[in-house]
Amino acid sequence: MSAIEWGYSVLPARTMDLDRNDLGPVREMLEEMPQFGACIACGGCTATCTAGNLTSFNFRRVHTLVRRGEYTGAWAEMNKCMLCGKCRLVCPRGINTRGVVRLIKRKLGDY
Amino acid sequence: MKKIIVVGGGPAGMQAALSLVAEGLKPVIVERSGALGGKLRDWHNLFPSMTPAHEVLEGMTKQMENAGVEVMLHTEVEGLTDGGVLLMEGKKLEGEAVIVASGFDIFDARLKEEYGYHIYDNVFTTVDVERMLNKGEVALHDGSAPHGIAFVHCVGSRDEKVNQKHCSKVCCITGVKQAMEMRQLFPDAEIYNFYMDIRMFGPGYEELYQSAQQDFGVNFIRGRVSEASPTIDGRLQIKAEDTLVGRPLKMTVDMLVLIVGMKASSSNEKYALPLSSSGFLTPRDLFSGAVSSDLPNVFYAGTATAPKTIGESICEGSMAAEKVSEYLKSRK
Ligand SMILES: Cc1cc2nc3c(=O)[nH]c(=O)nc-3n(C[C@H](O)[C@H](O)[C@H](O)COP(=O)(O)OP(=O)(O)OC[C@H]3O[C@@H](n4cnc5c(N)ncnc54)[C@H](O)[C@@H]3O)c2cc1C
Ligand code: SF4
Ligand code: SF4
Ligand code: SF4
Repeated sequence: MSAIEWGYSVLPARTMDLDRNDLGPVREMLEEMPQFGACIACGGCTATCTAGNLTSFNFRRVHTLVRRGEYTGAWAEMNKCMLCGKCRLVCPRGINTRGVVRLIKRKLGDY
Repeated sequence: MKKIIVVGGGPAGMQAALSLVAEGLKPVIVERSGALGGKLRDWHNLFPSMTPAHEVLEGMTKQMENAGVEVMLHTEVEGLTDGGVLLMEGKKLEGEAVIVASGFDIFDARLKEEYGYHIYDNVFTTVDVERMLNKGEVALHDGSAPHGIAFVHCVGSRDEKVNQKHCSKVCCITGVKQAMEMRQLFPDAEIYNFYMDIRMFGPGYEELYQSAQQDFGVNFIRGRVSEASPTIDGRLQIKAEDTLVGRPLKMTVDMLVLIVGMKASSSNEKYALPLSSSGFLTPRDLFSGAVSSDLPNVFYAGTATAPKTIGESICEGSMAAEKVSEYLKSRK
């Protein structure tokens, strides 16, 4: 018997639950690269990003989500980055943003 | 020589008195509590340099003793009169001029009921934290160490719900400072600061903020905490929107610290002078008349007119003394 089609479904919760999220990987990242923690979410990196202007890639949003332990899709998103380094030129906190891309890809390959 | 009355013996009032002496005038400080120092007596280490508050206070009281400043303690000013001030029980004190330096009040965090201050055991204010730091006993209600700490910015500031529209200015940096102090005390704790905007206006403040993020591992989340509720194991669950990613967020912490604002002093209403919408005294103008009132013989200094740092309050103390001296000369 096929499942009944009710015409609606239950959406996954959108709330980020910091008690449940595994903050281990992001803690490791911050330990390895403390300057990643200095981001003030100004969005300069996203504004200048060529990839972000042509695709849905939002570097600032993805790495902010990573800070909260929301890793799903982060690795795939980071694959859109061309490592051109423009973001690093604009970051007011002097963060090695390209390094952040590489760090996320290295640490979150499983997500 | 008639006296110059200084209302309030906090940092602003003490400096006003010292500068009046330097101008060759004779001040009398009228202070309602039993000691000089104002809020400085409650603070531990001062931002941005982490100078111990007692060092600043002792330095000033020593100067006051050397200058022989007259002080009336346990004496509350109830209003202004033609030639001075009104004290308790209808007594009057005469003076040639008055410097109002009666400071600010701490916002009563119980009014933001949704955060559970005085309802749940482990909700504190930044004032409580300063006192705990002074006692050397920063801990949860049961004496144990916290593992998760959240600071809530703008409690009793920028909030029409409690009739406080203004930004209290010094509380962002106080929150950053205390988060760093918590990190030093509890190296393994997770520390979160929930803010609406981070306002780092002073020298070295932005640098302190960056250091809190980078060197002290403090997490800053942009979003106003909507409520705190107790969990079955006696911890506190808080909810906010992480507005930087546009998603709701919840988490459980052991300790909630409410970063309380600076409220206009209830004394301000006694003077019958113009007040701002938040109840602070309004100076004649905000530039060269910043310590002048609408009356020629009444002057302002410190947080009676707006939230300020200790350094700023002390500067105004000196400026008010200078304006008093100018006023007296102009009358001759
Ligand atoms: C939690 C917290 C932490 C802070 N930490 C710092 C810091 O680290 N560094 C910094 O620069 N600033 C800090 N501040 C700000 C600092 O407390 C103020 O800048 C300073 O106290 C202002 O001095 P004041 O003399 O204007 O007022 P107050 O310190 O409020 O002194 C006013 C005095 O007037 C008296 N008084 C009031 N009404 C009357 C009356 N009717 N008659 C007689 N006497 C009266 C009061 O008893 C009091 O002694 C902090 C503020 C808060 C809330
Ligand atoms: S390095 Fe990557 S994230 Fe940065 S601007 Fe270039 S493509 Fe965008
Ligand atoms: S430019 Fe730098 S500070 Fe701004 S959002 Fe990007 S990483 Fe963060
Ligand atoms: S200084 Fe910061 S915490 Fe205080 S009221 Fe202003 S924005 Fe809020």
